[in-house]
Amino acid sequence: MDGVALLTIFILSIFVGFEVVSKVSTVLHTPLMSGANAIHGIVLIGAITVTGSATNPLEITLGVIAILLGAINLVGGFVVTDRMLEMFKPKKPVARSDDGGAA
Amino acid sequence: MTPTWVQLANLLAAVLFIFALKGLSSPKSARNGNLLGAAGAVLATAVLFVSGIPLSNILLILAAVLIGSAIGWISARKVQMTQMPQLVALFNGVGGGAAALVAVIEYLEVGGENKISLAATVFTVVIGSVSFSGSIITFLKLQELMTSRPVIIPAGKWVTMLVAALTVVGAVWLVISPQIWLLVALLVLSLIFGMLFVLPVGGADVPIVISLLNAFTGLSVAASGYVLNNVLLIIAGTLVGASGTLLTKEMAKAMGRPITSTLFGAFSGTTAGNTSTGGDRPVRSGGPNDVAIMLGFANKVILVPGYGLAVAQAQGTLRELADLLTERGVEVDYAIHPVAGRMPGHMNVLLAEASVPYEQLKEMDDINPEFATTDVVLVVGANDVVNPAARTDKSAPIYGMPILNVDQAQQVVFLKRSMRPGFAGIENEILYDQKTMLLFGDAKDSLNKVVSALKNL
Repeated sequence: MDGVALLTIFILSIFVGFEVVSKVSTVLHTPLMSGANAIHGIVLIGAITVTGSATNPLEITLGVIAILLGAINLVGGFVVTDRMLEMFKPKKPVARSDDGGAA
Repeated sequence: MTPTWVQLANLLAAVLFIFALKGLSSPKSARNGNLLGAAGAVLATAVLFVSGIPLSNILLILAAVLIGSAIGWISARKVQMTQMPQLVALFNGVGGGAAALVAVIEYLEVGGENKISLAATVFTVVIGSVSFSGSIITFLKLQELMTSRPVIIPAGKWVTMLVAALTVVGAVWLVISPQIWLLVALLVLSLIFGMLFVLPVGGADVPIVISLLNAFTGLSVAASGYVLNNVLLIIAGTLVGASGTLLTKEMAKAMGRPITSTLFGAFSGTTAGNTSTGGDRPVRSGGPNDVAIMLGFANKVILVPGYGLAVAQAQGTLRELADLLTERGVEVDYAIHPVAGRMPGHMNVLLAEASVPYEQLKEMDDINPEFATTDVVLVVGANDVVNPAARTDKSAPIYGMPILNVDQAQQVVFLKRSMRPGFAGIENEILYDQKTMLLFGDAKDSLNKVVSALKNL
């Protein structure tokens, strides 16, 4: 693909990136950071691609390390984010009556 | 070239990533959002293997993917929730490292024929390495394998500027005249710069730096996507770069300080302001019974949980205390500072783990007007977020950070292990106030004693 097309994609992605996370409550800052962190783990497919065309031992060694690191980032990132969010499960709405009683 | 159906699959993965970020922005959809992102990642990776694009070293690749995934999965499953921030920092670092390595390999394979592509390669190497070494330092700080205080290197400002200048010069030189030794030198310089960049940052500001480095890694992944002509990497990396930048700004705002002072504040050499007074000043300490009586006969109590609570794994005990008080007709709320814990929102996660009702967690702006009408504030394992030095002491590293106004309450009880200052290392004047009572000991132990004293009241 030519450079201008890639640049277009890049610029539009910046706007989408800004748009999707505007107005996030502080409660979700940590999971959001963690989730975004997981997404850049997709560098894994870049690591696989370059290792797939590597020809000498140095390139292959570096490639295998890159794949390991990328996979750790990608899989670990999504799993740890899920663990954080597990705790935001909606609970039974008992709090309403509690509020009334205390006030 | 890449078959059309593979490109369409990648497009679908990119859309899933956008839904993931969108979903993560609201509590209701967050978990599904994250799962959509994971689905996108699995899709893109699986498609790569069956796309028909020839991959040599396939067995090595598969083995590395499986081992890396296992390491990531197990460490994410095993980690204590209190230690989660440093794990995120570590994951971010290895992602940056992976991007830098990808660019290095691409350079070795293709060389520097195309200058624009070479510039993107060099950018990826520099930013990826900075993110890698910087994240490792934040990990060491949070894991307390090294001091969480700002590390001031003699003439550190000049050393850092010199390294930064050399990095830029090296990068430009490498693009003009590609040579392998220069690439290695640039790699080393970038790694050193990443360390110098994070070392002077104080403990309380570390989360902001993690978020910034997260955005860095995103950008380096986007640049590596340009090098490899891979649209998905460009989109995913840019999304993270943009959202990470915005998130960093939001976090800095929650701390009440411009991002520049977070990053460069320590260079000016201002260490913690008034640490001179220290241990020999009188404090009023009490026993569990005193605390139970104060709480049990109050009308309104606000609980201020901090990282110390989580370290002692006392969230459940705190909730038990809150339930007991509520039964007695005491009005109980939790005041959550935006940066309580080690990251924004960390405390919400930790309390949710102990099934504290979501509705009792009040954010700082909602709870601050309430302190003036509150009888007792119970501060458990928090310090910096209630330190009035943030309002008054211009020399304090936390000056300007919005705090919880616990000093406006009638009485304040601190559960503390010792008189040691908090993560930011600053003396807290409230501890010496007349209306303050201190209960020394492990948070969980102390809370248990207060709970049993309250039951006997």
